[in-house]
Amino acid sequence: MKKKALKELLLQGNEAVVEGALRAGCRFFAGYPITPATEISEQLSVRLPQVDGTFIQMEDEIASLGAVIGASLAGVKSMTATSGPGFSLMQENLGFAIIAEVPCVIVNAMRGGPSTGLPTSPAQSDVMQARWGTHGDHPIIVLCPSTVRECFDLTIKAFNYSEKYRIPVILLIDEVVAHMREKITIADDETIDIVNRVKPTVPPEWYIPFEDTPRGVPPMADFGEGYRYHVTGLTHDVRGFPTSRPDEVDAFIRRLFRKVSQNFADFQIGEHYHIDDAEVAIIAYGCVARSARRAVADCRDKGIKAGMLKLNTIWPFMRTDVEKVLRQAKVVIVPEMNMGQISREVKRVNKGSAKIFTINRVDGTIITPQEIMGRIKEVF
Amino acid sequence: MAFRYDIRLSGSGGQGIILMGIILAEAIGIYDGRYVAQTQSYGPEARGGSSKAEVVVSDRQIDYPKALQLDLLVAMNQKSCDDYYMDLKPDGILIVDSTLVRQVPVSRAYRIPFTRIAREELNREMVANIVGLGAIARLTPIVSAKAIESAVLGRVPKGTEKLNRDALQAGMKAAQKMKKIKFPEMTSELVDEDT
Repeated sequence: MKKKALKELLLQGNEAVVEGALRAGCRFFAGYPITPATEISEQLSVRLPQVDGTFIQMEDEIASLGAVIGASLAGVKSMTATSGPGFSLMQENLGFAIIAEVPCVIVNAMRGGPSTGLPTSPAQSDVMQARWGTHGDHPIIVLCPSTVRECFDLTIKAFNYSEKYRIPVILLIDEVVAHMREKITIADDETIDIVNRVKPTVPPEWYIPFEDTPRGVPPMADFGEGYRYHVTGLTHDVRGFPTSRPDEVDAFIRRLFRKVSQNFADFQIGEHYHIDDAEVAIIAYGCVARSARRAVADCRDKGIKAGMLKLNTIWPFMRTDVEKVLRQAKVVIVPEMNMGQISREVKRVNKGSAKIFTINRVDGTIITPQEIMGRIKEVF
Repeated sequence: MAFRYDIRLSGSGGQGIILMGIILAEAIGIYDGRYVAQTQSYGPEARGGSSKAEVVVSDRQIDYPKALQLDLLVAMNQKSCDDYYMDLKPDGILIVDSTLVRQVPVSRAYRIPFTRIAREELNREMVANIVGLGAIARLTPIVSAKAIESAVLGRVPKGTEKLNRDALQAGMKAAQKMKKIKFPEMTSELVDEDT
């Protein structure tokens, strides 16, 4: 039977990220405070020392991600949290973490941009930055919660993916969800799947740090364990040393992509809400998915067959699920708090089977259910 | 249609509006056991500027987390009263801090001087928000007195429990003296929370 260990808490999205991170085994955080992500730093500065973890406030966001990469190389699950302006600074080291295959989690609580923008207002305008912000051809995993519960769950998923595939994972939250408080229940003995990076089993002198494996993910040795290897931002060979040999470069970049592409199904997290018989489908994510859910319920009350596909995985883009919706619905509406970043992807995979309409809001306020209803009445 | 009760607490930055929202959400969600979603919006200033906190209450998972049409509006300054009273439902309850709200645009409103009570009876203007919570517990059906007291005591800093309990009592007492506002009976078509 249920134990008394069930704890009901009123938590903010940001606080749920902290709880999730600690459950996932995060023991290092380096960051620089910024609205609307500050609560993550604030809480972890208290909680991490209690579990023998380390919290450092760095001089800026470039250094923050640098410290996180260093800690992760030493074998500690690590994360940082920021918002748009800080995320821009992190792009350089994000690329480093990708090429050196260092697991880490980066939380970006999205506020209005560009630049300092709207510090306290929500936006969803960093979707493409999360995908392509750092230069070079690279894969990335980006997750996006829309409830406090999902903040908890997806933070754990983020750590698990990053450890499993040796890749930075970005948790893209918007200000509404980051600051929203909801009741969540966390059982003390909750069975949560935790994934840890695979370590080498060969003796140090046999270790080839970037050798291909069937999964495309080489085992990762902790720095200081006796496995001496070279870590660089230059394109490297299997031993970690710089190379420009076309055959080695090609194999390396393709392996980076293969890690994600061959496990595509592993990253599909979403929710289908009344989608099976929907004639009007809404594709939404983050806080806007909540407005969409409300709009769908209201449509159903009025006899309109509406449904929603909520994307929790933003990248790699959930094209299999989206294509299914596009084939089935006559009209697809993509509401988002930017000028059209996910709608661009939806249109890309559409191939003319559905009519796609967008709702774009860039005034620092959330899209309302009425707005979505209005658009549905307009186009359907 | 699922039960839904939308609350907006509003005032200026520094009045403790957001803390008020957190405590109210905790009282309703954790101690009274309903579904709640609490959101907030405020400017980049540390104090001054507009501040509001919203609490949506339901008997099931809440979809849209912001307030739609208000069942309860608490205005702690004139500007927020002017800005938001239009969002009230016909039978929505308006509670104003009459210390700072001089003009109330509707006749059906509870006027209680939260700030003056805090300043004169408790010698700490800071607890005006807690006085307000006391009044909410008495004037609305949405939260019980017991829940609000547990939530307040669970959230305030150690050593200030007595002050805050007194503030809560003062708010309840002030609300007790208010004449209950009666709303005219409404036809059922008008009760549409979405329009």
